[in-house]
Amino acid sequence: MLEIFHQEFVQNAFLAGTLIAVISAIIGYFVVLRAQAFAAHALSHIGFAGATGAALFGVSSLAGMFGFTLLAALGIGALAKKIQGRDVEIGMILSFVLGLGVLFLRLYTNAANEAVGVLFGSILSVTQNDVILTFIFGCIVLISLLVFFRPLLFASIDPEVAEARGVPVELLSIIFMLLLAITVAEAIQVVGVLLVFSLLIAPAACAQHMTKKPAGAILLSILFGLAFTWGGLFLAFTTKYPVSFYIATLAAVTYFIVINLCHFMRPHHLQTVKHPNKEVA
Amino acid sequence: MFALLHYQFIQNAFIAGSMVAVVAALIGYFLLTRGLTFAGHALSHIGFAGAAGALVVGVDPIFGLLAFTIAAGVGIGLLGKKLSERDITIGIIMTLMLGLGALFISLYSGYAERAYSILFGTILGISQTDVLVTAIFSVITLIGLGFIFRPLLFSSFDPEVAEARGIPVRALAVIFLVLVALTVSMSVQVVGVLLIFTLLVGPAATATRLVHQPVAAIILSVFLSLTYTWLGIFFAINGTWPVSFYIAALSFGVYLPVRLFSQKLHMPAGTDIHHVNHSHA
Repeated sequence: MLEIFHQEFVQNAFLAGTLIAVISAIIGYFVVLRAQAFAAHALSHIGFAGATGAALFGVSSLAGMFGFTLLAALGIGALAKKIQGRDVEIGMILSFVLGLGVLFLRLYTNAANEAVGVLFGSILSVTQNDVILTFIFGCIVLISLLVFFRPLLFASIDPEVAEARGVPVELLSIIFMLLLAITVAEAIQVVGVLLVFSLLIAPAACAQHMTKKPAGAILLSILFGLAFTWGGLFLAFTTKYPVSFYIATLAAVTYFIVINLCHFMRPHHLQTVKHPNKEVA
Repeated sequence: MFALLHYQFIQNAFIAGSMVAVVAALIGYFLLTRGLTFAGHALSHIGFAGAAGALVVGVDPIFGLLAFTIAAGVGIGLLGKKLSERDITIGIIMTLMLGLGALFISLYSGYAERAYSILFGTILGISQTDVLVTAIFSVITLIGLGFIFRPLLFSSFDPEVAEARGIPVRALAVIFLVLVALTVSMSVQVVGVLLIFTLLVGPAATATRLVHQPVAAIILSVFLSLTYTWLGIFFAINGTWPVSFYIAALSFGVYLPVRLFSQKLHMPAGTDIHHVNHSHA
């Protein structure tokens, strides 16, 4: 059973998967805290246009995804002061960009297989180059998070007070969007455009239901992320079904077990987050 | 140029496209006023698992779509709690369903091409049977909507007052989500699972920014939706680019200037709906 680990594509998958699981879990913690799940979702869709449009610029699909998601993150960060309550706007941009992805696909690659790979992940075909790129960008995200950790946490929990105390909330929000863009582009390699929630949101959402302490929640979130990724990779190698299916299933099942347990054990601890749509009014 | 209209497949595309456009615009208006755009988006993604599952067992994907979206619509409606707590839960259910869809298409030997057409639409490849199915469900949706139109409008704008006046708000929400499910299933044929927003939300979002009176907004929304669909099909048959790209581009291209323009002329974002509210209450 363990001899599969000697194969290079398996090693690549585990290396990239592990790194991505860790940064997704940490970034995901802030995404859930800042109620920006829909923005994460939109960025992943924009990654689809990046991956299919990469052929246009003659670069690898990972590089294409980085380019598109970073640009989009700047746009989202600059256009909307508050991402909350912009469901319709983000949704419109998202579907336009997906449409663009369809066009690129038709123009340059015209391979439905390629589309399915981007949409549902292709961690088993990650190359050595992709692993290196993933590592470099992963380090950038981790270092930036270390630098901005305290002000970002403050600005995420209480933006008004943070702003009053002189924290550059708006700038932080744009920086965070950029970090989110990198993370999403990396996560797409593992689970695909459509399943980014399972690595980005599910681990953090589980963790935040279990503890309110930031450090504890981030650690738990990383543990969940690693468990889903390793579990998914392991199951995929031993059976013939897709990795992303396993990761999505593990994530969803864990999430529902966790919220039901927490609900059962201490219902008053459940946080009610205001719906962004209603908040604007 | 008009000689193309004699082809059966183009006639089918126009007939089915028109029906879908009308129904989607009507339902989309209520989706928007009820703040349920994310749920509409999720329903289409959940439908993907149904469509892919239908392929595996050898049934027409539309029936898989209908089964999954209706079940999900009833589920979302019955969950009942405030919409506020549900975004992440809906997102994770959606991811689970997409993962399931990924599993199904890996099981289905025909694989990528069919999956691709579910994701991005196949209006030009629509069969006579599909047109008939679309017609039947359009009529059902329209009758259903006509039946609940007034109470739905009332409860969309002012759920508390509506409930106090004895309108069964919960039942109405469930019925409405079933209608959304029917609409989403039909719309998937035109723009695919991933571009639902362009037909369902795009026209309504543009219309509600231009006019505030509900009936006028609905009429404008239907008009826009028909225009996008007809032009999309027309451009696609005269060129090589895909229909769903054109519809997405038109929907976004009209929405963007309207969104930017109306924000400057009228009032801060999000207040338009409440503006209508006052004239109605």
